Amino acid sequence: MAKRNVARTGKILLAHGSGGRLSHELVAKEFVPPWANPILDQLNDSAVFALSTDGTGPRLAFTTDSYVVKPLFFKGGDIGRLAVCGTVNDLAMVGAKPLYLSASFVIEEGLSLANMRAVVKSMRQAAAEADVQIVTGDTKVVEGGAADGLFVNTAGLGLVPPGLDIGGGRARVGDAIILSGSIGDHGIAVISQREGLEFEAPVASDVAPLNDLVAAMLTTSANVRVLRDPTRGGLATSLNEIAQQSGVGIQIDEPKIPIKDGVWGACEMLGFDPLYVANEGKLITIVGPEDAEKVLSVMRKTRYGEEAAIIGEVVAEPQGKVLMKTTIGGTRIVHMLVGEMLPRIC
Amino acid sequence: MVRYVREFHDAAAARGLAATIERITSRSVNLMEVCGTHTVAIFRHGIRDLLPPPLSMLSGPGCPVCVTTNGDIDKAIALAEQPGLTLATFGDMMKVPGSYQSLQQVKADGSDVRVVYSPRDAVCMARDNPQRPVVFFAVGFETTVPTIAASLLEAEALGLKNFYLISVHKLIPPAMLALLEAGDVRIDGFICPGHVSVVIGSQPYQFIPQQYGVPCVITGFEPLDVLQGIEMLLRQIAENRAEVEIQYRRGVRPEGNPLARELVSRVFETSDADWRGLGCIPASGLKLRPEYSRFDAEEAFAIKPPPTKEHKGCLCGDILRGVKTPPECPLFAGTCTPERPVGPCMVSSEGTCAGWYQYGSR
Repeated sequence: MAKRNVARTGKILLAHGSGGRLSHELVAKEFVPPWANPILDQLNDSAVFALSTDGTGPRLAFTTDSYVVKPLFFKGGDIGRLAVCGTVNDLAMVGAKPLYLSASFVIEEGLSLANMRAVVKSMRQAAAEADVQIVTGDTKVVEGGAADGLFVNTAGLGLVPPGLDIGGGRARVGDAIILSGSIGDHGIAVISQREGLEFEAPVASDVAPLNDLVAAMLTTSANVRVLRDPTRGGLATSLNEIAQQSGVGIQIDEPKIPIKDGVWGACEMLGFDPLYVANEGKLITIVGPEDAEKVLSVMRKTRYGEEAAIIGEVVAEPQGKVLMKTTIGGTRIVHMLVGEMLPRIC
Repeated sequence: MVRYVREFHDAAAARGLAATIERITSRSVNLMEVCGTHTVAIFRHGIRDLLPPPLSMLSGPGCPVCVTTNGDIDKAIALAEQPGLTLATFGDMMKVPGSYQSLQQVKADGSDVRVVYSPRDAVCMARDNPQRPVVFFAVGFETTVPTIAASLLEAEALGLKNFYLISVHKLIPPAMLALLEAGDVRIDGFICPGHVSVVIGSQPYQFIPQQYGVPCVITGFEPLDVLQGIEMLLRQIAENRAEVEIQYRRGVRPEGNPLARELVSRVFETSDADWRGLGCIPASGLKLRPEYSRFDAEEAFAIKPPPTKEHKGCLCGDILRGVKTPPECPLFAGTCTPERPVGPCMVSSEGTCAGWYQYGSR
């Protein structure tokens, strides 16, 4: 039977795009080996490289991401704002100052011009907010059915400050783990809109550019070691990546993780675990313990870090794993997302 | 609703209950949580961690995805492979391996298989595509059936000629009876499912204390609910009582929901049903009444699913009866993972193996 199993049928499944473990396997087995090089092998949110061949001089951060969200417009944002913020944030997560973006559109015939213009306008606003410029682009139109309305790809270039070294492999035992705000807002906003579900407290997506927040943190402390935006796969998946890359354990405290009532309620109803729900305007940082309070107070003074909280610390054991002390005082292991998040049926 | 949920996560109250549980657990006790939602709640909130060692929690057959047989999955697949037909079902069913493949695979091969959140979505699909047969693969327990009955009546009221059901619904109390009759594991108390009981009330469990002397507590799903349900069972055991008590009073009335039951009995009648792991259990399923047989997909389409095959080495059957735990299965976490499930208990978010995999240490 094993031979006939789902992932061995030679086809790409939706779960390969969920941001969880199948996505990681796809990248690690199918993409990295044939293209392997030292820059690709960093496997951080952006590739960082020096312009000169001897490795000295200015360093650039370079990243790309495609956006296929459905519906195109949702409470708190739209595909355009998402496409700008997502790429800006990938640059910010290696500590870079985002500078220039590209924008490519794959448009399904029949998309209304009004929707197209609304997306373009939203991208302009998001770019202005993040202080980046969209400097090149491309457009393709495909026949009806070959795309779902509109797919957007953005790539981004940023400048990494000299001497800065941020990466998922740098967490050390004793470091503090800080989360910039409440989790699950984006995923719940999109799924409720998509499925026409209405909850008592409607949830808006948190989609936002985080480069100003990151800049403020880096100005305050030289001990910011890891930055990560917990998008697909949620907080749980990002923390697992960090634990594995750094070879440390991560201990978090459930009551300290901010979750909005609306997100909580929707998760209860749909059978989701908020730890695995996507965010588009949040970051996790791992900071040396001596600077944790200082960084936290600076984060709280910024627009997108008002609800920041220290949610746990880096520990020695169990290596590569994430443990959570639950609200009622039990402890459980928090694994990486497996498969897709699906609603429960009973 | 949300406003009252967080109170059920109070740490001080949990500590109090855990201390009481420890005090009154005098001997080795096996409690079975019948329902998959309880299994997941126990893992997610780290409840095992708070229980004293002589107290074992066994997981029962209460995950509708898990107890669906290979044969029933094969039937749904055979239907999905009919050209021009849409098969709609709940998300968890997509990945369950049948004898040869899963619905997810036939979808990737080009069959029109859709995930819906409610059977009404399938009715709307049928209404919007009158030329296309839409089959709803209906899986679930007493909780889910009323919405399916209501959807079918809606399809009838709309005069839809292209909406069909495969009903593999199952009923919980007959499965509990089968477990007690099989007797291959000692059960000292049942945590009865809260949601199912909202519909059926407490009466259908009465035979358990009366004929088998086993205490039952109908329990809610928040961490304090579960701890209190366990505490109430232990008190019954300590006091040598056996009765059906309701912990989940904010949701369950002794008489259940007569309206929902009436809706179900208008459309469905009980039938024998095949359960994975438990075999055929008399009067444990629901089939369409003769007056609604035109909605029965198996009657409307001539399908010939291939002969069923069981997965070698998979212990799902024993796990569904509480006889084995997932780590005792040779396939667990090796050959069988949520990405490459061999058995259904690893697929469903409420399956016992998926719970151990997702939340247990390995």
